[in-house]
Amino acid sequence: MELYATELMGAKTYDAKGNYVGRVREFFIEPAQAPNRVSHFLLSRGHFQPLIARHDQVSSVTAGRVELNVSERALELYQPNESLLAVQKDLLDQQIIDTRGRKVVRVNDLDLAEQRMNGSVELRLTQVDVGLPGAVRRLLQGVVPSKVVRKLQSKLPHSGIRWEFVNLIEPDPLRRVKLRITHEKLEDLHPADLADIMEELSASERQSIIASLDEETAAAVLAELDARLTTRIVENLDPEKAANILEEMAPDAAADLLADLSKETSEELLDEMPGHEAEEVRELLEFDPAAAGGMMNTEFVFVGENSTREEVLEWLRKQDLNFDQLDAIVLIDSDAQYSGAVPVARLLLAAPEERLAALKMEPLVTLPPEANEKEVFELFDKYNLRMLTVVDRDNRPIGAIAVDDVVSRLVK
Amino acid sequence: MLNRTNIAAQWAGWSERVGRVRAAARPIRRRIALFFAIVGPGLIVSNVDNDAGGIYTYAQSGAQFGNTVLWTLIPMTVVLYISLEMCSRLGAFSGKGLSDLIREEFGFRVTFFLMAAVLVVNLGNVMAEFTGVFWATDVFRINRYISVPLAAVLVWVLVVLGTAKWVERIFLAICLVYFSYVISAFLAKPEWLIALLHLLPPHLIRFVPNIRPFVQVPLFNASYAVILAGLVGTTIAPWQHFYLQAAVVEKRIGPRQYAHTRNDVLVGSISCMVIVFFIIVCTAATLYVKGIHYVDNAGTAAIALKPLAGVWASALFAIGLLNASIFAASILPLSTAYVICEALGFESGIDRKFGEAKIFYALYTALIVLGAGLVLFFGRYAKIILLWSQVLNGFLLPVVLIFILILVNRRDLMGDKINSRGFNWVAWISTAAMIVLTFVVAYTSLHELFH
Repeated sequence: MELYATELMGAKTYDAKGNYVGRVREFFIEPAQAPNRVSHFLLSRGHFQPLIARHDQVSSVTAGRVELNVSERALELYQPNESLLAVQKDLLDQQIIDTRGRKVVRVNDLDLAEQRMNGSVELRLTQVDVGLPGAVRRLLQGVVPSKVVRKLQSKLPHSGIRWEFVNLIEPDPLRRVKLRITHEKLEDLHPADLADIMEELSASERQSIIASLDEETAAAVLAELDARLTTRIVENLDPEKAANILEEMAPDAAADLLADLSKETSEELLDEMPGHEAEEVRELLEFDPAAAGGMMNTEFVFVGENSTREEVLEWLRKQDLNFDQLDAIVLIDSDAQYSGAVPVARLLLAAPEERLAALKMEPLVTLPPEANEKEVFELFDKYNLRMLTVVDRDNRPIGAIAVDDVVSRLVK
Repeated sequence: MLNRTNIAAQWAGWSERVGRVRAAARPIRRRIALFFAIVGPGLIVSNVDNDAGGIYTYAQSGAQFGNTVLWTLIPMTVVLYISLEMCSRLGAFSGKGLSDLIREEFGFRVTFFLMAAVLVVNLGNVMAEFTGVFWATDVFRINRYISVPLAAVLVWVLVVLGTAKWVERIFLAICLVYFSYVISAFLAKPEWLIALLHLLPPHLIRFVPNIRPFVQVPLFNASYAVILAGLVGTTIAPWQHFYLQAAVVEKRIGPRQYAHTRNDVLVGSISCMVIVFFIIVCTAATLYVKGIHYVDNAGTAAIALKPLAGVWASALFAIGLLNASIFAASILPLSTAYVICEALGFESGIDRKFGEAKIFYALYTALIVLGAGLVLFFGRYAKIILLWSQVLNGFLLPVVLIFILILVNRRDLMGDKINSRGFNWVAWISTAAMIVLTFVVAYTSLHELFH
């Protein structure tokens, strides 16, 4: 038998002897005990203090009527309890994250399923209703008889989210712990989807989610978010946590982020970061963000032009590389000067003993770090590049611009 | 293998000087960029206020009572600023739109009825805007069956096909067209000093001996009260509050950028009233002086200006009206669809594709098509449409203001940014005054409709 939260609100409650006790004004879930069981009912009695009925004190539940298996005297007085999730206050009309549909939705109603236990009845939360049936129930409940409402809603398209796929948003960290709200489900989403979700939330909600994600996910999400949001989020984070997140980001993304922060904040964060990483980011910060130097990444793969495919692959396997930086491999000659670049696709098809110098792309294209954005775009377009090497005045490679950096700038 | 850091270090030595210069330039550039990123919502929302119904009311009040209505502009600026400031603060500190907050704090049923009211009231407003389009084009003898559908298509295309950034730039540019009223006013050659003098309450400054001969004191009779109520009713509209707060949230304005936004709202409120001042002065110096105390609509006001202030004054007046009507007609349906979808949990926003946000686009299109269509078919009842839309606005406004006041005083939402006691006094008194004025407008409008 299915029930809806709306039908339960205001339900008249009778004790074991059939005496009227009060009306259901709120009901709770205790996530620490069972994640989906309705654990307590709040019964209001006009001028008297409200009572609490536990789940094992309930013998039957129907729309608009609750019966208890104990007498009124066995019920306790209501005490506010932070570890209880209040359905009316915390869930109805609030925003939640649908982790399967990957979006933020507003709760219209809750679907409950009845489960018979020994001598009592338990209600289990099965689905969150975000569609029209829930809306119609909220609107008509108490005005039109339940039966009519049920008939009407059966004709409407149902759109619900199973409770397992619901991620609650709770800005208060202490309460989040008490309610056992984790963001593990969010960590499984693609960072770009998670970033879209975050953009729909309010500032404090965003802040709380970033703070509770693991650093790797947080870094990936920050890289995808609107720049105006990332600066604000980082400013409000604990500096140590912020530095740890920055460390996980690609140096160019970290530099872009730090460039928008105030001088003191960005210095403070750089000091928190390990020396090597901080050094790389500091160098990038020197460049104009709108020039090739500001777009490039100092983490790129380069090898001597005389090495063979086999040697290079052997060496690559041992490195801890980010796939985003592996579009092409930069070649240098014996003077450490740029001598060309080999797309990874060519490397894939080459014979093991082939020297990399023989595989390089013609013509050789490079840019100085002060070249402007437009020149970068034009080169990428003209030569269908996936990666472009940035060289200094002595023709030494100092960074590489990947195609994804170009695309994200073009979209802006 | 080479040491990458070394290679980069060589470069860094040379570029250090360049970097220093650039770093020094950054804060200034950032500050300017920040200002432009944040300026907008307040300016746009207050200027849209001077829409077709507004311009008609201002022109009429200037024609009927001359300079004697000017003293109301300063208190109206204060009330407009206070009510809009509360919304921008709610948006900046809670990070949520007004309709979202009402839904979260007052539940589904309240929100549903409020949104139904917003839909009806705003449809009335959209109709009033399209009425303004045909009034304005009548001045240039353009057939309304051409101009109104053309305006509807233009509005629809602008918003659906344009990107948000461009649409806002166009809107900001449109705000400049309001300047045409300033030129019109100058062409009307008013006595500026006397007009400025009337910005102060006439009943008070008439006691200053040297000024007394120049001051005109209004007679407080029923028709004067109606005009006052009309002025307030067209200046502060319920939909503005929803639009402003949604725009603040959408622009990611937070506590830190809030000071900029407050200035934006202040500049917007004042600039809106400055334009009102010029419109009233323009008709006061011409129509009122020549004894034309009644204008049938905003278009006839423009036509009446022709023999008095010249072809240009008349044309600029009409261009201002056309601009204002199209401007409001592009913002109103959009903000209405957005607010309703947000509150009731439908997908919304112009960055969504049609298939993703069907209800949003359907509402948006229906408001434009219905608004323009009804105006074409019931063109001769234009005056009634306008009156009704003002009456409905008047009824909805106090309700919305009360919601805003309750929300903005909630410490759990706003922290220590709730209203101060003094601010609350002014805000509640203004709300109470508006409720009284609403009933005055409602009574007289209904009276006019049935007689």
